[in-house]
Amino acid sequence: MRQYFGRKLLIYGLTFVVAVTVNWMIPRFMPGDPVASMLARSRVSQPAAVEAMRAYYTNLFGFDQPIWQQYLNFWGALFQGDFGISIWVFPTPVADVILGAVPYTLGLMIPAVLLSYWIGNRLGAFAARRKLLDNTVLPVGYVLTAMPYMWLAVILAWGLGVTAGWFPVAGGYSFALQPSWSWAFLVNLLHHWTLPFLSLFVVALGGWAIGMRNMIIYELESDYSNYLAALGAPTRLIRRYAFRNAILPQITGLALQLGVLVAGALVTEIVFSYPGLGSLILKAIQNQDFFLLQGTFMFIVIGVLLANFIIDIVYVIVDPRTRAGMAGAA
Amino acid sequence: MTTTTTLPAEERVVRREALYFAVRNTKLLIGFGIVLVLLLVGLLGPLLLGSAPPNEYVAGPMLPPSAEHWFGTTTFGQDVFTQFVYGLRTTFLAGAMGGGIAAVIAMAIGFVAGYRGGLVDEVLNMLTNVVLVIPTLAVLLIINAYLGIRSVGLQALFIGLTSWPWAARAIRAQTFSLRSRDFVDLARLSGVSTRRIIMREIAPNMSSYLFMTFILLFGGSILIAASLDFIGLGPTEGVSLGLMLQNATQWSALQLGLWWWFVPPGAAITAVVGALYVANVGLDEVFNPKLRET
Repeated sequence: MRQYFGRKLLIYGLTFVVAVTVNWMIPRFMPGDPVASMLARSRVSQPAAVEAMRAYYTNLFGFDQPIWQQYLNFWGALFQGDFGISIWVFPTPVADVILGAVPYTLGLMIPAVLLSYWIGNRLGAFAARRKLLDNTVLPVGYVLTAMPYMWLAVILAWGLGVTAGWFPVAGGYSFALQPSWSWAFLVNLLHHWTLPFLSLFVVALGGWAIGMRNMIIYELESDYSNYLAALGAPTRLIRRYAFRNAILPQITGLALQLGVLVAGALVTEIVFSYPGLGSLILKAIQNQDFFLLQGTFMFIVIGVLLANFIIDIVYVIVDPRTRAGMAGAA
Repeated sequence: MTTTTTLPAEERVVRREALYFAVRNTKLLIGFGIVLVLLLVGLLGPLLLGSAPPNEYVAGPMLPPSAEHWFGTTTFGQDVFTQFVYGLRTTFLAGAMGGGIAAVIAMAIGFVAGYRGGLVDEVLNMLTNVVLVIPTLAVLLIINAYLGIRSVGLQALFIGLTSWPWAARAIRAQTFSLRSRDFVDLARLSGVSTRRIIMREIAPNMSSYLFMTFILLFGGSILIAASLDFIGLGPTEGVSLGLMLQNATQWSALQLGLWWWFVPPGAAITAVVGALYVANVGLDEVFNPKLRET
């Protein structure tokens, strides 16, 4: 087990180093000069002002130092939680801006992912080898996984929001309210949360159902299932064993899907102007706020790594073989 | 080795058998049928529509679908159908290029890691795992944000460079199971080079698997490209289905009830990707005798 975690931690550590390095490299090694393009976009014409801004930005990125020094400084700043200053909301540090948005993204993602995972797996397991149900779950599942997240979000916003008028389609809460711990605010928050949650949940559902269905069929064809059936075990029991075996690859599947789920959450937030990381990214891009964009990238990477690690722990709890040091997880 | 006529008899039988099941598999036919129809619309549509560029203002704003403008017009009076047709092209291009590049990288890494084993495998596997964990879209976001001018090709290139890991893993596992077979041993004993063994002995034995992997990468690339376009990091010139969705939401098609602006692009993406997935299941049934009976 120690070896299992050691290996995982090594991979995550390496990934983190690679991500930070990529984050550091992109502004420096991309074709073009980021400082020049920022100056061009700010549309300042006085030569003195341009010169002052160039000096400011060069200093900000530390471009005047040797390259290895820049790299070390980048790491140093990172460990101090210093992601730079946001340009969009000017004097606020990027870290503060992001920390304000993270709760919304997590509040949207965690329930949507866990619920879709749980219900999707149950649904898939139930539909497998049941002709009628299978014939509906499978096509619907494929349509759902093929759907771009933002499209379902747009359709829901239009149908249930604009046309039916049941749900608000923009923001995390009404502009008339101030965030507080009152009932009125919480109800309002929940009301705004429903549609983004629903669209994330529905799109993710299909993939889990299909995956589980295929795994269950595979398990039901295996020797132990046939043996149990030959012994006269009730179908319910066989299916329960099959489910327990099929859930293992599905846990690995959850880890693999994390990136896609994050991407889905980001675009869904953009559709609903939900004040999470997705909207931040949009604002950062629209305002050429590169520090904010890069800070958000680091936060997403750290979040995904943490989630991966949690899934690894769950895997060890669920699969006794990893504990006994026998065949490890993939 | 140039040859289609001198296939060994056995191989020809296998091919004919696959074809026999392929034309009788409804999933495969429906899936490829939908993809083919949309591909034709994308390829031929722009030729038939004449020379009007997709972003030109051709009619009154916010017209609902009519005989003249099949999918209506945008807030600015652009023809949605024209944009749709050009957008399909871009979407297929992004999928084919992104999926193709990813497939090539995945094959290179998967074959070498699986066949060589040992330290090479260890290193390549580590690389695969690292790229696998990094959230793809987040990386693409910062890369594209720093690119001043973005094109479909460049977008597809970066999608390809980031979305290969799961496929490399799958190909590695398959190669691993093939590499100790007798025919591979025999080839090695007779002094055939590694490169040739991989190309002539291993790859052909998993060609169906490779093709299916490519289909999934194709569909995945389309979805990633659409997300990037939607966030506002799509190609700086031209149209794509993702850009249409972005424009529609940005210019409040939702609030104005212009459903004809945002329904078609999303529906087309769903149709293409869904049809690819369904065709993939069909292919699986064609090539894998175990799955045929149901």
